[in-house]
Order: sequence, then C-alpha cells, then structure tokens
Amino acid sequence: MIDWLQKLGRGGLSFFERLGRGNLFLFHSLMGIPAVLVKPGLMIAQLYSVGVLSVQIIAISGVTVGMVLGLQMFNTLTDFGAEESLGPVVALALVRELGPVLSALLFSGRAGSALTAEIGLMKATEQLSGMEMMAVDPIKRVVAPRFLAGLLSMPLLAAIFSAIGILGSYFVGVGLLGVDSGAFWSQMQAKVDLYEDIYNGMIKSVVFGFVATWIAVFEGYDSVPTTEGVSRATTRTVVHTAFAVLGLDFVLTALMFGDD
Amino acid sequence: MNKPDDAEVLVKIRGLSFSHGSRVILDNVDMDMQRGHVTTIMGPSGTGKTTLLRLIGGQLRPKAGRVEVDGKNVPDLNHDELYELRKRMGMMFQTGALFTDLSVFENVAFPLREHTRLPEALIRDLVLIKLEAVGLRGARTLMPAELSGGMARRVALARAVALDPMMIMYDEPFTGQDPITVGVIMQLIRRLNDLLGLSSIIVSHDVAEVSAISDRLYMISNGQVVAKGAPNELRESSSEWAQQFLNGRPDGPVRFHYPAEPFEKDLMSAA
Amino acid sequence: MMNQRVTEIWVGAFVAAGLAALFMLAMRVSNISAFADDEGYSIKARFENIGGLKVRSPVSMAGVRIGRVADIGFDAQTYEAVVTMRISGTYSTLPKDTSASIFTAGVLGENYVGLEAGAQDKYLKEGDEIKITQSAVVLENLIGQFLFNKAQEDKGSGSK
Repeated sequence: MIDWLQKLGRGGLSFFERLGRGNLFLFHSLMGIPAVLVKPGLMIAQLYSVGVLSVQIIAISGVTVGMVLGLQMFNTLTDFGAEESLGPVVALALVRELGPVLSALLFSGRAGSALTAEIGLMKATEQLSGMEMMAVDPIKRVVAPRFLAGLLSMPLLAAIFSAIGILGSYFVGVGLLGVDSGAFWSQMQAKVDLYEDIYNGMIKSVVFGFVATWIAVFEGYDSVPTTEGVSRATTRTVVHTAFAVLGLDFVLTALMFGDD
Repeated sequence: MNKPDDAEVLVKIRGLSFSHGSRVILDNVDMDMQRGHVTTIMGPSGTGKTTLLRLIGGQLRPKAGRVEVDGKNVPDLNHDELYELRKRMGMMFQTGALFTDLSVFENVAFPLREHTRLPEALIRDLVLIKLEAVGLRGARTLMPAELSGGMARRVALARAVALDPMMIMYDEPFTGQDPITVGVIMQLIRRLNDLLGLSSIIVSHDVAEVSAISDRLYMISNGQVVAKGAPNELRESSSEWAQQFLNGRPDGPVRFHYPAEPFEKDLMSAA
Repeated sequence: MMNQRVTEIWVGAFVAAGLAALFMLAMRVSNISAFADDEGYSIKARFENIGGLKVRSPVSMAGVRIGRVADIGFDAQTYEAVVTMRISGTYSTLPKDTSASIFTAGVLGENYVGLEAGAQDKYLKEGDEIKITQSAVVLENLIGQFLFNKAQEDKGSGSK
C-alpha cells in the first residue's frame, strides 16, 4: 500500500517535472521565434520537410475520407429522401471535425515523428552540444524554425484536407450517385457558416498544430540520447499527440459548438 | 613544477565538485591550464573527464567550486556572457558532431555564418584555409556520411578553429582510430596549438599518444586528481596510479573487480 | 545551394495550395458570398412561439436569403420571444408593414424566418420592429390538435 502510494507520488512528481520542463522549453522556443523571422531561410527549409512532405498523405487521406463519407452518408440520407443534404453533412463533418483532427493525427505521424527523431538524433550525435559550444543556441537555431513551420503548416494542411475531402465527396455524390450538383453546393452554402464552422475549424487546427509541434520538438529535445531513447521518444510523440488532440478536440468542440 | 603565474593560466579550476544524482563525479578538483600549453586530462573511462570539459564550456553547472576561463568564472556568467565566451572556445567532440545535413564546407562555414556578417567570398577563403590546414580542402563537397571517422574529426577540428578561438577542447580525439589517423590527429593538435597560438585541453585515455604531445598531464580517478605533472615527471613518479595507468596494469589502485561482497560468501549464499 | 531554389518553389506551392483550399472553403463551401456581417441593419420581431428557431437561422424573403437571426431574447412582461434579425445592407427597402412568420424548411427541416413585404413606401430602419408576426407552427401542437379533433368527431358520430 505504502509502496503503491510512493509509486503514485513518484509518477506524479516526474510528470509535473516534465510538464515544467516542457513549458520552460516552450517559452524558450517562443523567445527564439523573432530570430527566425530575421533569417527566414531556416524556416523555409523546415516548411518543406514539415509541410510540403505531408501534403501527399494529407491529400490522399482527405480524398479517401471524403469519398467514403459521401458514399455512407448518401446511403443513410436516401432513406429519408434527403440526398440533397449530402453536401452540408459532409462539409460540416470535414470542416468542423475530421479535417482538423485527422490532419493533426496524420501530421504527427508524418511530420511530428520525423521532427522528434531528427532532433533526438542530433542530440544523440552531440550536434546540439556542438552547436551550443559554437555559441549557437540550438533552441533558436534548430527548434524555433521547426516549431514555427509546424505552426504555419497545420492550418494549411487541415484546409487542404477539408477542401480535397469535399471534392472527393462531390465526385462520389454528384459524379457517381447522381445527387444534383446545384443542390450539393447550394445546400452546403446555406448550412455552412463562415464564422461558426470554417473559422472555428481553423482555430482548432491552429491549436492542434501548436500542440502537435510542441510535443514533437520537446520529445526530441528531451529524449534520452541513445538509439533506444530516440525510438521511444518518437513513439511517445505520436501517442501523446493523439491523446492531446482528441482531448483538446472535445474541449474545443464543447466551447465552440456547445451553446448551439 | 613551479607555480605558474596567474596571467599565464587560461583555465583555473578550484575546489570543483559535481555530482549526478547521488553519484559523485568530481570531488574538489584543482587544476591549472596554461596558455599555449597542451594540457591533457587522463583517467579510466567513466571518471568524469568529459564532464570536466562540459563544466569548462558551461554546459553543466558545478555543485561547488570555481571554473575560471580567461579570468571569468564560468558558472557565474549569464546566458549572453556565456555565449560570448564560447565564441572564443572550440570543442571537438568524440564523434565529431558534424551537422549531417550540411556538406563539409558548410559545416566549417557554419560558425562563420552564424557569428559574422562576412561576405561570401571571404567566408569561402576562410573555410578553405581551415580545410587546407587539416588537409581536407579536396573533400569540401562531401557530406559527413561519406567521411571516415578520422576525416570527420579533422573536419570537426577545422570547424572548431573557424572562429580563431583562444582554446580548443578535445574529447577523446583518438578513440577508435587506426594508427595512421591517430598520428595525423596528434600532429594536427600539436601543430595547430603552436601555429595558431592556442591552448589545448585534451581528454583521453590513449596514454602513449597523448604523453608525446602534452606539456602537462592530470590524472583523475574517482573524481579526484591522483597525479599531475609533465609527462616525463609522471613516468618517473612513484604514484601507483600513474604507474598503473601509464603501464596499463589490469589491477592496482583501479580495481579489476567491480565492488562486490567476498566471492566465497557469494557462492555460499546460493546454496 | 542548388536545391534551395527547388525547396522554395515547393514551399511556395504548398502555401498557395493551402490558401487556395482556405479560399475555396470560404467562398464555395460557406455562405460568405451572401453576407458580410459588418454592413447591414438590425430589425426586431416578437413571436408568441419561435419553435426551433436558432441564432444564425436564415431570414428570407420570397425564398431568397437576405439575412440571419442575430439574437433571440425573452420579454418577461409579455412572455414573448424577441428575435433580432440582421438584414444585409443590399436589401434596405423593406416596407414598414412587412410581416414575419416562422416556417419550417421541409417537414423535418430547420426553422427560418420568412418575411413578406407590405405596401407602405416607408422602409424599415435599424432598430425598427416588425408588428405583424405569425408564430412557428409546432408540429406536436398540430398533431395534438388533429388527434383531438378526430376524437371529437368520433365521439360526435358515436352518440348519434
């Protein structure tokens, strides 16, 4: 019993210690952002590896999810003779939830894990230490550009996901199943609100991007600098990001759409 | 050896202690490293030699004691002062620590690009001079993955001297290298030290190589300085530590056996 | 560096694609084309029962969407619902005696406010109130009434 309590206490302490380090780290990273803006070249390179390289998986997933949604929703909606509602149903699902959440999960799998592994290996091979000894702050030089790139990429990726998903459902619904094209768009425009849905969806993706990138770079920077440590950190990035995104999604949804 | 004059001492360590959790790594260490000298810190693996370098570089904070570099106590410096001091220190890591995503040229150019606003042509000249000094001017377009271990260390050395520092620290520069490479690196360390007017601190356990190029040796074991002096002084000293280490005897003050209860007792307890 | 240029081009394409997607979501998917919130004017109407009307429900006239519900309040004195509607500035010529009703789009669709133009040549301005209103037809009431009538009929025919 006492052992159990001690374990609990130790677990709690190390959790808060990590949380504290994470926040301190976040603070330093944010302090490093102005330096990045002076040398935007660093961030462009990161936008490429974080953003551009994630487009493929985001686009493929987006179109697949859109097509499947279109097919499934069509089957259900036909029972009520409400096929015309396909547009708004799919658009709302994508813009409000699936776009931000799924692209954040894919982002952490594609870009977040790569960020963790890259920073972790730089640490393991003493590149970060070397940089420090060359009087170059690795948080400013390595972490901040990656952080900013993740922050900027995420909303764009979520928008691409949603837009391509809607096109995918248009292809299935209108192209294959014969929903009226005009009704598809007009119903969508009537139901989807710029502020309520699209703006809030974008806020979600900004929050998710922030959290996903923070977790990824922190796990890398805080990893045990061994082969095993880096591989553990990479796994933790994906798992923790998934928890954080899904949990935050619930909170944000309740805040944004709860009083409706 | 007579006490060196204060002005000639570049790194002055007094009463330095450091511990990792409850494990004491350095315990009340005093050292003097003179300007223009190659000072070597020797000792068995795991005795805090690398830790010592990190303490001098300000990457770790000591539990107690002073680490004065060029008259400034490193643990007292704030972030900016520390970074300012580090621009005048070079460090060569065990593995080289080259940036794997940059070419050899860009690796050597890195500190110049970060800390100076020199025109590109001048950076190119400086980088080529440094690469020439380590004999790798021809390898400037290679990526670190294409280099052998010895070449990677030479590139790292070129990078460490890119900003013309006042001192360089070498962390195990010879470990795991073939005899030719060891010879090359030894020559480089000594030559750069004398040509560029540097001061060098080497951490190593390669006795023969290091004593050939060092002006002064410190031997540490269990976190304490157990012997010090010029290489020939040490070889003739009566210190058991020095004798064991310099002659590579398996047993001596440094035990062959990891501490354990008596063997008989251990065998009996299983029955 | 040679690939610096390629990288930059790709990043540029990525940002452009992201912005294009956002633009598509804003223009093609949502209703931004119909309204910009800042221009326009508010009018009020009181209803005995608003049914399922919500903030942001559409306000339409002759089937064309001209605004949306901005706020729904409750008047504790008269026990009526006070609905504030935001009408787009383009439709500034609604007559003073315009009437408002709450309709349902389809049998199970959402509620919306339908406006019907009156005949006066004075127009509604910011803060004006629509006097003639008709409440929402609540399906439950309708069914209840129908069943009640049916029962009455049966009773009547049975006693004969």
